[in-house]
Amino acid sequence: MNSAVTVRDLHVSIAGSHVLQGVDLRVEAGGVTALLGRNGVGKTTTLRSLIGLQPGTGGIEILGTSVAGWPTHKIIRLGVGYVPEDRDVFAGLTVSENLRIAETGKDMNYDRVYALFPELKRRARQLAGTLSGGQQQMLAIGRVLLERRPLLLIDEPTKGLSPKFVSEVVDVLHRVRETATVLMVEQNVHVVRGLAQRVIVLDHGTVAYTGEAGDLDDEDLTRRLLGVHQ
Amino acid sequence: MTTFIAITVSGLALGAVYFLISSGLSLIYGLMDVLNFAHGVFLTLGAYAGWAVAQHVPQRGPAFVLTALAAAAAGAAVAALTEIALIRPLYGRPVSQILVTIGLDLALVGLLLGGFGSDSRPVPVPGWVSAVTAIGPERIPNGDFAALAVGLAVLAALTWFLRRTRYGIVIRAGAENRDMVRALGIDVGRAFTLVFAIGGAAAGLAGLLNSVVFNSALVDPEQGDQLLIFAFIVVVIGGLGSITGSAIAALLVGLVQVYVTFYAGHGAGLGQLGNMSVVLLLAAVLLVRPRGLLGRAA
Repeated sequence: MNSAVTVRDLHVSIAGSHVLQGVDLRVEAGGVTALLGRNGVGKTTTLRSLIGLQPGTGGIEILGTSVAGWPTHKIIRLGVGYVPEDRDVFAGLTVSENLRIAETGKDMNYDRVYALFPELKRRARQLAGTLSGGQQQMLAIGRVLLERRPLLLIDEPTKGLSPKFVSEVVDVLHRVRETATVLMVEQNVHVVRGLAQRVIVLDHGTVAYTGEAGDLDDEDLTRRLLGVHQ
Repeated sequence: MTTFIAITVSGLALGAVYFLISSGLSLIYGLMDVLNFAHGVFLTLGAYAGWAVAQHVPQRGPAFVLTALAAAAAGAAVAALTEIALIRPLYGRPVSQILVTIGLDLALVGLLLGGFGSDSRPVPVPGWVSAVTAIGPERIPNGDFAALAVGLAVLAALTWFLRRTRYGIVIRAGAENRDMVRALGIDVGRAFTLVFAIGGAAAGLAGLLNSVVFNSALVDPEQGDQLLIFAFIVVVIGGLGSITGSAIAALLVGLVQVYVTFYAGHGAGLGQLGNMSVVLLLAAVLLVRPRGLLGRAA
């Protein structure tokens, strides 16, 4: 099986704290891989490091290209989409401007985005900062779906959303995973079970477990790795 | 009443010059968090470029446009080079950026003083620029109208650019969250250079217009530094990063300065009252609205 992402011995320090202490992981091409772990173990840092937003040392290969030390925009142009934890839509820009800024000039597919999120079309002229959390998440995901990207890095897509928006986002990700590899940070084990085929668990800055999503059915394992009861 | 009209037009023209300087400062700070103390010398170099071109172009009819284009081009080129060579290696190091821009300003002003001397040099301008237009019994210099027209044109062009073009949207987005712009596959470095170039072009125009309208058509090596302090005041009053705020603040500062100088600045020891009034205006705005007229809350 091909790898969409390969990370070797990744170390990252933030403000003197050694957050990632030699992460080795491999994300198989196709489907959804969930990156799990307790709060503060370095899941978001790992995603940010993959696209150069967080400097670190170690080997990173994205879609078959070694990208360690590359600037972020160059890594993204390999065909990577990134949806950050806090959505990070541009509050002072309208919805349509938020989408327009994601255009890279090739294979733009607004119809696809508007078919997935009709709300975005209706609110095209509304300032993104005035959208609800769920609508902002739609916009953040819509932004990376504007063109075909073979790899999507999505950080906590359901965080802070109402049940209605959670099911809407999950539904969209079901469709997205048919055409792209998704590496997703997610705390909600039920969402992971429904979406992911594979899981990678981080603990103390390293990979503590790699396996199938079905492994999460093992209650002892889940409690030990994630500290959650099912 | 007619005197009031003349000094009002003069205040608006001065405001237009302040806007041209402060728009670049505000854009640069808004996008890059760079306090550019070399902005004044961009203005001076623009004025000297205009002066140099005007020496060789017969000043008839629209020749002044060529002079103005030379001033804008020189300002843009020097600003872009400054960003690429000096600012880019220092992103994330604000103190170093401030020091390097102060150093650049001192060095370039020193070079101008060495090359051209401290004497002012006259800029040849077409007759229509130095002529006056009669409005009733009042005679208003055409230069005032020219400065006002250029200021309005630059405001309209900047607004169109920031609202309607993709690069404009990138610049507005970058002012909010540079990392996210990068994470959408955009080379923010190019936007930085572009913003410096735009700011430099506007400053170059301001340098030429200031010479022609407010400095008896003379250029001198230190004119930029004298204006820079007022431009910083305009940026703070308008709200850091806000072009519209800068435009409003520039007109306000220009009008207040001219009114106070004219109505209260006569007499011994009162010559600086106009300048003092601007500082008082700054203090008043900051007391009432610390983020400036249209600045975003921190």
